Amino acid sequence: MKLLVCISKTPETTSAIKFTDGGKALDTDGLKYIMNPYDEWYALVRALELKEAAGGTVTVVNVGPADNDTVIRKALAIGADDATRINAEPTSALATAKMIAEFAKDQNFDAIFCGKETIDYNSAEVPAMLAELLGLPYIPLAKGMEVDGNSAKVVRDIEGGSETVQLDFPFVLSASKGLAEQRIPNMRGIMMAKRKALNVVDPAGVADNAVISNYELPSEKQGVKLVDADNIEELVRLLKEEAKVI
Amino acid sequence: MVLVFAESQNGGLKKAAFEAATYGAKAAAQLGVECVALTLGTAENSSDLGQYGCTKVYNVSVASLNDFDSQVFAKVIAAAADKLGANLVVLSHSSIGKGLLGRLAVRMDAASVAGANSLPSADFTVSKSVFSGKASADFSLNADRKVISVMGNSIKPEANAAAVAVESLDIEVPASRLKVLEVSRQTGVTPLPEAEIVVSAGRGMKGPENWGIIEELAGTLGATTACSRPVADSDWRPHHEHVGQTGIAIRPNLYFAIGISGAIQHLAGVNNSKVIVVINKDPEAPFFKAADYGIVGDLFDVVPKLNEALKGAMAS
Repeated sequence: MKLLVCISKTPETTSAIKFTDGGKALDTDGLKYIMNPYDEWYALVRALELKEAAGGTVTVVNVGPADNDTVIRKALAIGADDATRINAEPTSALATAKMIAEFAKDQNFDAIFCGKETIDYNSAEVPAMLAELLGLPYIPLAKGMEVDGNSAKVVRDIEGGSETVQLDFPFVLSASKGLAEQRIPNMRGIMMAKRKALNVVDPAGVADNAVISNYELPSEKQGVKLVDADNIEELVRLLKEEAKVI
Repeated sequence: MVLVFAESQNGGLKKAAFEAATYGAKAAAQLGVECVALTLGTAENSSDLGQYGCTKVYNVSVASLNDFDSQVFAKVIAAAADKLGANLVVLSHSSIGKGLLGRLAVRMDAASVAGANSLPSADFTVSKSVFSGKASADFSLNADRKVISVMGNSIKPEANAAAVAVESLDIEVPASRLKVLEVSRQTGVTPLPEAEIVVSAGRGMKGPENWGIIEELAGTLGATTACSRPVADSDWRPHHEHVGQTGIAIRPNLYFAIGISGAIQHLAGVNNSKVIVVINKDPEAPFFKAADYGIVGDLFDVVPKLNEALKGAMAS
């Protein structure tokens, strides 16, 4: 099977988020980056499992500047065969999707895996856009997948439950928790990753139509109002009369 | 014109559909245009969308649309937008909307924003939560056509108009390339993303056999139960109850965190809740910093007492 996994670089989960330039830009000073967890833990690992079961290749693709190579090398260390970095700042979901679609369109991938969303912009748009650009079916929020010949059974998250669908390859899927188990790269993987191909390609110019004009941090919480454990009625009164939520 | 895609399940409209309709009607009023709604497949109470400000409701009555396929839905909704002359399409940021939004944006050559929590400004800037709830960002939509998905619980459905008759819309429905084999969903419980009150519990519960007090409290409040990641990972509770970074993100009006320490990954999924109540025996639990109200105490003592106190208050 010939598989493509789209990976994104995001600020580390526990990073404090700040802005500069009067709220116009993310303050990257001291910010640590990781591979987007949904891409790494679930999309990439499930693709590797499929390759291990049936043979084939796993290619990873990323849109970003040269700094992203650290994250891409990690994907290679976990087990991807080769990587391509599309050398551009990912300024919007649409631009990112168009660049990946351009890269993927003539390569006949059997399936394209993405994380269900990135933990920075939380939009879940790139995989859906990619599917539409390539004319492929798309299964969002996949938490389980079994392959049966040329078709797959995919279980996906829906509100309060799950839905099982069956479809033929090729298709695009977005991965949520449960699709696979996180893998930690070992020393051998890290050494081998250095010899794997990391191709860098320049994108065709892509116009943005939805860009961020301003950021804001939420207003600080007032501070917790503690209620004595022996005075539960007071909590009920506060919820009813002050917060007005019950 | 604004076109609202109103989601249905099991033949009836979802709460999210009325939120999307309210959002669409308010956006249309700002723009000085009409707001109409579209339902696909069986949607019994479609005419109710009129109450939320949609002046017309259209239905594409084809049975295959009772199963969700993002490719088919995107084609049908885009065709409806073309036919009706809609320049703004409003969806819900749901398990369906997440499959649709990007596809529709490409298909309609539109600018899009996912999970909006504000109405568009005059220059079509829309705000949404980013960095897993740590900040918000304004997206400027620069295209003639726009597609917006609305974050659950970010707008209150307002029914102050009359129901309207449902008109059938004739649109060719392409064949689906996928088959829905099974849908399993809890019945009789409001799904977490739609719940206004959520009672969530963590490792402090010590074991799945102790969940009775959580379910009783949720029952009193008409709330939906949730849990932290370690609880779901230990199979104490089903995975669809897991809220947090890797689970689902919610924004209820009221969130009870019981025996949950408040790791940053958990907070990422719940920090947009309007009011947070924390019950924990450890006064140093980080969750208290994110809480509005807190009780430092043994949950096995506090929760049953809280349930009794609430029973009285909810009755009065």
